[in-house]
Amino acid sequence: MYTITAFSENHIGLLNRITIVFSRRHINIESLTVSSSEMKGVHRFTIVIEEDEELVNKVVKQIAKLPEVLRAAYFQNDDIIYREIALYKISIDSAIDKNLEHLLREYNARMVDIQKDFVIIEKTGHVEDTEKLYDMLKHFNILQFVRSGRISISKQKKELSAYLSELPINEYVKG
Amino acid sequence: MKKISGAEAILRSLVEEGVDTIFGYPGGAIMPIYDNMHIQDHNINHILVRHEQGAAHAAQAYAQVTGKPGVCFATSGPGATNLLTGVTNANLDSIPTVFITAQVPSHLLGSDAFQETDMVSLSMPVTKWNYQITKAEEIPDAIAKAFHFAKTGRPGPVLLDITKDAQINEFDFRYKKIKSIRSYIPKPQLKSTDVDEAIAMIQKSKKPLLLAGHGILLANGRDELLSFVEKTEIPAAVTLLGKSVIPEDNPNYVGMLGMHGNYAPNILTNRADLIIAAGMRFDDRVTGDLKRYAVNAKIIHVDIDEAELNKNIAADLAINADIKEFLKEITPKISYKTDSAWLSEFERLNKIETDKVIKPECFPSTGKIRSGEAIFRLSEQTKGEAIVVTDVGQNQMMAARYYKYMNPNTLITSGGLGTMGFGLPAAMGAQVGQPEKTVVLFAGDGGFQMTFQELGTIFQYNLPVKMMILNNNFLGMVRQWQDLFMDKRYAETIMPTPDFPLMAKAFGINSNIVVERENLDKAIYDMLNTPGPYLLEVKIEQETNVFPMIYPGSAVDEIVLEG
Repeated sequence: MYTITAFSENHIGLLNRITIVFSRRHINIESLTVSSSEMKGVHRFTIVIEEDEELVNKVVKQIAKLPEVLRAAYFQNDDIIYREIALYKISIDSAIDKNLEHLLREYNARMVDIQKDFVIIEKTGHVEDTEKLYDMLKHFNILQFVRSGRISISKQKKELSAYLSELPINEYVKG
Repeated sequence: MKKISGAEAILRSLVEEGVDTIFGYPGGAIMPIYDNMHIQDHNINHILVRHEQGAAHAAQAYAQVTGKPGVCFATSGPGATNLLTGVTNANLDSIPTVFITAQVPSHLLGSDAFQETDMVSLSMPVTKWNYQITKAEEIPDAIAKAFHFAKTGRPGPVLLDITKDAQINEFDFRYKKIKSIRSYIPKPQLKSTDVDEAIAMIQKSKKPLLLAGHGILLANGRDELLSFVEKTEIPAAVTLLGKSVIPEDNPNYVGMLGMHGNYAPNILTNRADLIIAAGMRFDDRVTGDLKRYAVNAKIIHVDIDEAELNKNIAADLAINADIKEFLKEITPKISYKTDSAWLSEFERLNKIETDKVIKPECFPSTGKIRSGEAIFRLSEQTKGEAIVVTDVGQNQMMAARYYKYMNPNTLITSGGLGTMGFGLPAAMGAQVGQPEKTVVLFAGDGGFQMTFQELGTIFQYNLPVKMMILNNNFLGMVRQWQDLFMDKRYAETIMPTPDFPLMAKAFGINSNIVVERENLDKAIYDMLNTPGPYLLEVKIEQETNVFPMIYPGSAVDEIVLEG
């Protein structure tokens, strides 16, 4: 399992250009998260794939070479702190069971919304954690479940973005 | 400041980038641009093709013979999709080209409007960069970026899709060329430690082999290559697209690599103890079975595109740099002379190929004319000085093998994509780019029929292209594989042909047909010496195969001289 991080300009079609690199090689994307980074106009892609390192390396170079990608890199799980977020919708009848509160404490999850018919529970963690809570919540009657893609942050002191933000966007020939 | 229309801004931007020639075809959505070209003199020579695919191939060839990006115009929908084969071809062969397609008005985008096609999505996997312009104000910057991306780094095609309203609306025009873009590093910094390490590896080697690729031509690094080869006497082989990077009479030139390349460099790839891969990408047609490629060699791979390094072949020393810069840096520093015993191994194997393959192909005394023979005669008559354009298939391999290329960028051929139908429009583009030079097309009867509507363009502009059709009434290369691997089951490869000389006549083009060997030289002479375009059909042996050949799945040193 490798996590690929790429920074790109916030232009239409970049997502498509990047995913083509994977689909061309018949690689399935396990998880993909795209959002604006802390730099204005720069988007961060976090892509998780299950392939061997040699292939991951080739793919990352092909992403990095796209003219509108600022940088791309890949990490093993040990090199990063990573999380995903999961939301669980539980019917109100089950939620009043006092075991639920106990479970939420135990799994470090929290209730984020209460409606007339259901409650929403939020859990942040690794896939295994959100899945485990899912299993535990099963007999509380889960009405709906949703999980985000992975986000990750490297264990290096300075992120790539720190120095990318120092670059001028375009320079023009003087004339 | 006076406001101008988007259409005018496009043309003025192109002029700012030094464009003086455009290949194109009008249609509904692109009419404002054509209209502006008509009412205002921008000093642009527009070549009206007969099909947009022709425009794309012509623009690519134009780029290859002039060193300037080739530019195409096409309208939305079918006009734009017709370009795609040519765009893909330019992408695989890294040719700087700028494709401008028109698009329906921006308020209709996504509505399946008449002649609407999502060109940005369609062209995404086959362009280096593309962009949709929906506002006139975006035009100068988008065009500046397009040229910057097309020309720099590893060159390639870019596509700009411009909505009709962006062509019509007016704005204050100001043009600035791009110097750099933060997300794009076209020229990696050459490290002196890499050069030193390369020198150390070369000095340790007894049997070095240089593989010279298209990258050297693209980097304009021929002189640097020749100096390096002259000083070190390292034998230099070329890839198909690297042909013409080194004059074929150079004492250290050892031939072409790959499936139908020469015997010596293929076999000796597996005896070499050092491979220096210069601006090439180890295409599967070059390497054969990867597991048994360069088995005894350390590998130095120099390429401007980092994604090519360690992609197909793991390099012992991978250098991400401009090949011209690398050669310029290494030559004065290195002190090395190749052992003459190693060089003589090439001579020995080359002699075997000459006796078994080349002589019977070029100097047969019986049977029908052979394609190698016709190409060789033409090479002799033009002294290797012509610009040769080929179609794809046996004609292409024969033209690569039997024309003696003396000058850089004189073989224009579809390498990576292998596009049948490339030849005629590419020859037309090459002639537009080099009007004074002799441009010769070698095409098979199959490929010629794929795009022969461009005879209309050749006729319209009186482009003096010399077209030789090598007619065997077969799709020769496919037939060769059927012969070798499918027990001669000639499924759909037999093809009757029209009267080509008569067809040329219909376009007002001089023509001739040659069947007998004794008339061949005279027929070629007449073609070359008749002013204007000329079509010469040569009836060749029908069932001949191109050899040597590395069979699919075989290793380079398993190359065979006969079937």
